[in-house]
Amino acid sequence: MWESVKEFASEFFVTGDPLIYGADVSIVLSIIAVVSVLTYFKKWGWLWREWLTTVDHKKIGIMYILASVLMLFRGGVDALLMRAQLAMPEMQFLSGDHYNQIFTTHGVIMILFMAMPLMFGLFNVIVPLQLGARDVAFPFLNALSFWLFFSGAMLFNLSFVIGGSPDAGWLAYPPYSELAFNPGPGQDFYIWGIQISGIGSLMTGINFIVTILKVRAPGMTLMKMPMFSWSVLSSCIAIVFAFPILTVTLALLFIDRYLGGHFFTLDGGGNPMMYINLIWMWGHPEVYIIVLPAFGIFSEIVATFSRKKLFGYKSMVFAMIIISVLSFLVWAHHFFTMGSGADVNAFFAVTTMLIAIPTGVKVFNWLFTMFRGKITFETPMLWMVGIIPNFVIGGMTGVLLSVAPADFQYHNSYFLVAHFHQVIIAGVVFGFFAGLYYWWPKIFGFKLNERIGRWAFWLWNIGFYLCFMPQYALGLMGMTRRLYTYGWDKGWFEMNLVSTIGAVIMGAAFLVQIWDIAHSIKHMKRDTTGDPWNARTLEWSIPSPAPFYNFAVMPQVTSQDDWHERKLRIEQGLEKPAKVELEPIHMPKNSGIPIVMSMFWFFVGFGLIFDWLWMAVPGFIGVIACMVVHSFNYDTDYYVTVEEIKRTEAEAGRVIT
Amino acid sequence: MANVNAGHHDHHPDQEELRTFAFWIYLMTDVILFATLFATYIVLQGSTDGGPGPKDLFQMSGIYASTFILLTSSFTSGLAILAMNKGNRLALMNWLGVTVFLGASFLFLEINEFIHMVSEGATIGTSAFLTAFYTLVGTHGLHVTLGMGWMIIVIMQIAKHGITPVTKRKVNIISLFWHFLDVVWIFVFTIVYVMGVN
Repeated sequence: MWESVKEFASEFFVTGDPLIYGADVSIVLSIIAVVSVLTYFKKWGWLWREWLTTVDHKKIGIMYILASVLMLFRGGVDALLMRAQLAMPEMQFLSGDHYNQIFTTHGVIMILFMAMPLMFGLFNVIVPLQLGARDVAFPFLNALSFWLFFSGAMLFNLSFVIGGSPDAGWLAYPPYSELAFNPGPGQDFYIWGIQISGIGSLMTGINFIVTILKVRAPGMTLMKMPMFSWSVLSSCIAIVFAFPILTVTLALLFIDRYLGGHFFTLDGGGNPMMYINLIWMWGHPEVYIIVLPAFGIFSEIVATFSRKKLFGYKSMVFAMIIISVLSFLVWAHHFFTMGSGADVNAFFAVTTMLIAIPTGVKVFNWLFTMFRGKITFETPMLWMVGIIPNFVIGGMTGVLLSVAPADFQYHNSYFLVAHFHQVIIAGVVFGFFAGLYYWWPKIFGFKLNERIGRWAFWLWNIGFYLCFMPQYALGLMGMTRRLYTYGWDKGWFEMNLVSTIGAVIMGAAFLVQIWDIAHSIKHMKRDTTGDPWNARTLEWSIPSPAPFYNFAVMPQVTSQDDWHERKLRIEQGLEKPAKVELEPIHMPKNSGIPIVMSMFWFFVGFGLIFDWLWMAVPGFIGVIACMVVHSFNYDTDYYVTVEEIKRTEAEAGRVIT
Repeated sequence: MANVNAGHHDHHPDQEELRTFAFWIYLMTDVILFATLFATYIVLQGSTDGGPGPKDLFQMSGIYASTFILLTSSFTSGLAILAMNKGNRLALMNWLGVTVFLGASFLFLEINEFIHMVSEGATIGTSAFLTAFYTLVGTHGLHVTLGMGWMIIVIMQIAKHGITPVTKRKVNIISLFWHFLDVVWIFVFTIVYVMGVN
């Protein structure tokens, strides 16, 4: 009996590595810490009522952002481990197997569990406010999306200490991800972690399309809508077209692994190339899905801090739509070297290069917005300006890669690694940072410290260039991606060392940002204006942080940058702050179903990973039961009374008569 | 601003309309899901790996019968909508019930076909063609199963609440879903069965 328990435990838990024991200990300690703090301060009821069951888009957004910062930490530690291993030739820090697991989890976590939730967090906290809406179209669905992402992410992260991490790369190409070559549970953690959170992403896409198209403030035509909301719309349309392909692709891989199918196997007539086509039909749009909202953020920031209307609004909108369409026509550039033939390669090379045109339009529009503006360099603007050279270099190396014959040289080299990190870190992560600094006062009601923010900015940028510029050179010198060690005779030592130093500086920059947040909370100066940057769009017309019903009175929009125009009119005496009459506000009720249903999904995933039908089947029944219970529930909303609105507004320093 | 408030109620988003719109977008994602499965099936159609192919396996008489049943069920779900628009609650519930029954008959024939094929040694692991076949046709069958469960839940809610804006929207959406399954089946019938045996 004891022997069989021991045998089970040695297979179930990952053993034999000090890093993993360290992770075990820290997981157990942090769970104990969280549980005891919550119990000591009697906060369980508060946590459940205010956060775990909330359907308020702002709180859901904050939870997304919090989760994604945690994942940034996890993915960043993975990156530092890899750079430590590559700092010197013939390092013995990580084994080859362990290195494979780390680059796989680094990629998956950074794209799917860091960039996506950070983006959804910003969607959630900002889009309804920008549109002058009380909430997203479907608050319950929104909460469900978050909890599905959360249980998917937790499932994926668990693989580090239970069962073993996936090691087939972030897109899990077969045949290596097939059962014959990869029998452990790691690959199944990959499938279910992404599958469960992917369903959440798809629902977020549908939710925000409907929100943006149908619940805007009266008078806000599409061509008066703020640019960030436009970018969210184009990103969500791409989500709706791309994510079903991911769902199918992962399901097919699962059928191969679990039911003995032959979609992508080497035997039985399977076709691994089919997987590579399918995964990139999702994977390429995916990178535009995450970068488009960052473009929207830049557009908001550049207009606010240049004190000018955004230059070329219409061309920005069209550029975004063209980018989201073209993103679906370029997937094969990820495998130019895999035998597609000259005609196919030429088609995909040309469509790839075409994307540079709308992207260039956007960069020029930002520059022209700054031209003759009264620019001030607060942290959000600093990030925005810093990103331009970064993104232009990243974009140009992208055009180099899109030249199919030249790609035979660059393919799978560090040149490629440097390129995609440059566009994804500079375009996406820095873009979302800029958005976080910009909207922080709106979300939390106070500004972050400017001085520490500048330190973080410079450290991030210096670290970034030190880390990735040498990698372009290393790629041209023949260093390939995914290799875990190299000899002294290659001549790659110095460049790799510099690159590692850069990565460490970026790690330090992250810590400075955390310090910035802690410092700013300690020395908090409440923002009483609601509009600390003197900004232009509707979210700044209400108190910060926004009351739970957002707008006490629905705004009437008459122009683009409506809040800015209204401020001008009031300043010139053309309009007086009007006397308003409040009405009861219709709001959705909190619900525990989303978190419970996601826990059941977690059991489905975990059960199928370990082939435990006794867990997966009840889990699935639980999922269905939650759906049925929700379908029968007709009591989902309530009205906020006028007295409560008056009281809430008065607490935020606004008297409504 | 005061005159804005007068129009407040006009701008309150109509939840039933929003949900129907969202459901159309969801259906679009389902179209892409099936399109991906069809593409995979077409690529792998010939990869029988020496095992049985479409001509050896498909028995068209059963397929014609199940196609006829599914098309009829789409018609009866349309009759349910007509009954609902006339405000006839009993007829609405009855026609939905008939639709569920026809869906169950379709599913019965499909499961029978699968059992028959497996008994002839054509399992999901036999070849890439069969993996793609069972996945594509099975995914459609899974949708039919979900649709039936959903319809039963809607019938129960009509029994409880009668014909209200909410139940009306639910009936409209489930019937939309049911027609969609019919359209997908026409593609399955054409691409998998008719083109498979010819």
